Amino acid sequence: MGERRTIYLDHAATTPVKPSVADAMWPYLNNHFGNPSSIYRIARESRNAIETARAQVAKALGAEPGEIYFTSGGSESDNWAIKGIAFANRKKGNHIITSAIEHHAILHTCQYLEREGFAVTYIPVDQYGLIDPADLERAITDTTILISIMYANNEIGTIEPVAELGAIARKHKIPFHTDAVQAIGNVPIDVRTQNIDLLSLSAHKFYGPKGCGALYIRKGVKIDNLIHGGGQENRRRAGTENIAAIVGMGKAIELATADIEWHNTHIRTLRDRLLNGILVTIPHARLNGHPEKRLPGNINISFEFIEGESMLLWLDDEGICASTGSACTSGSLEPSHVLLAIGLPHEIAHGSLRLTLGDANTEADVDFVLEVLPKVVSRLREMSPLYKGGKEENSNV
Amino acid sequence: MYSDKVMDHFKNPRNVGEIENPDGVGEVGNPVCGDIMKIFISVNDNVITDAKFKTFGCGAAIASSSMATELVRGKTLEDAWEISNKAVAEALEGLPPIKMHCSVLAEEGIHKAINDYRKKQGLPEWEEKNPHSHEHEDSACEH
Repeated sequence: MGERRTIYLDHAATTPVKPSVADAMWPYLNNHFGNPSSIYRIARESRNAIETARAQVAKALGAEPGEIYFTSGGSESDNWAIKGIAFANRKKGNHIITSAIEHHAILHTCQYLEREGFAVTYIPVDQYGLIDPADLERAITDTTILISIMYANNEIGTIEPVAELGAIARKHKIPFHTDAVQAIGNVPIDVRTQNIDLLSLSAHKFYGPKGCGALYIRKGVKIDNLIHGGGQENRRRAGTENIAAIVGMGKAIELATADIEWHNTHIRTLRDRLLNGILVTIPHARLNGHPEKRLPGNINISFEFIEGESMLLWLDDEGICASTGSACTSGSLEPSHVLLAIGLPHEIAHGSLRLTLGDANTEADVDFVLEVLPKVVSRLREMSPLYKGGKEENSNV
Repeated sequence: MYSDKVMDHFKNPRNVGEIENPDGVGEVGNPVCGDIMKIFISVNDNVITDAKFKTFGCGAAIASSSMATELVRGKTLEDAWEISNKAVAEALEGLPPIKMHCSVLAEEGIHKAINDYRKKQGLPEWEEKNPHSHEHEDSACEH
């Protein structure tokens, strides 16, 4: 039997570790095992490796190395930013502003804080998933102590006007956090010019290892600790450092941000070939998210009359890895909160498909998907009681 | 996450389609919840001689429809009425807990098709005895 082909189109979920990143990590899983907090030579090697990685992450964000704190990933960074700022400022006020389309690491943390007596405003988005800066300005009160708006959305790929939102926060002297987990390597980031006070990132979204992330905290921002214990990370985040992963993240962010222009052009070209191919060959399909202000690798499309999970199963059968906002894969019975927030009816949200391209994808991958997907959609439509047999075949919604 | 049997019935669904001039039709579910099943039956001498379906839904919903139509074919209306959602799920070698509602939908679809037939015949409709059988009519999709 021939080897089964795998076409990975779920880079927003996670990315493979680049070989050069794995190579950089290997010594720290092997000989260089010293605890960086110890005093002897092999410990100093670990310490130096961590500081090199810190400088690499700082450079990628336009920050100072002393403003970068290593964490276990995006969720911890988001939890730390939200809870840390909230608890450090609770004497000033109890109001937090975020958006309706944040990742659950933000939303569920905010909901937790609501149970602890904080008040949270969830700013709505327009049909493309964009936040109106005027809505943010209007939501600010005397008691607002934190604004957290994601840089780019993980499902529909919409890129928010972060610099503008940050400027509003700055004007009102409110700390501004952004979850940039999806943005790193896809959008040029400069925390200084974009008015960002705190920023979350996660290594495995940019070809680094899982279980490793960072929180940028602008110097002077008042924040409580989340993880208590030893004096690591300048006494801000306890726990012996995951040295190999941190080294890998440093290398990965350097590679990911070295040539964003080239990366974007390459991925966007492939993405547009796939997107246009789908819209031309499959009727009753609509793009979710903003047509231009979107991550270069992101496609999110709703196909009417069919449900997302059954699409994924057929695509998986052909070796294509994808994702959906349908309830049926989320473990709940509600479809994606992001798709509902942009105003999609439930039944259209159930029929969404997310394809996220990455560095290794090729034109051949795209062409294979364009060969398989129309068959999958029409096979499922054939058995759908909602589909009336192509009477409106020629009208793309 | 799915058994081989579920995958088999998902990938090679039995009895897909519509029956022309069916003796009974049952449509259950709700697009809001992400699943709709439409079951068609032909009845001859109190026996279901043919059953077909159309389903909008996930893999488990399609497999449950396929299995339910297989199970009722050739059965008397009384025997078909007794096929529970558990029987559908068991015949599929199990469903993940979160997908059990798909088998409930299949049972309910069969019941509706049978009652549609009885109504057309001027017979009294049979009563649902399972308390769960109407939960899918809630637009809130809570189970």
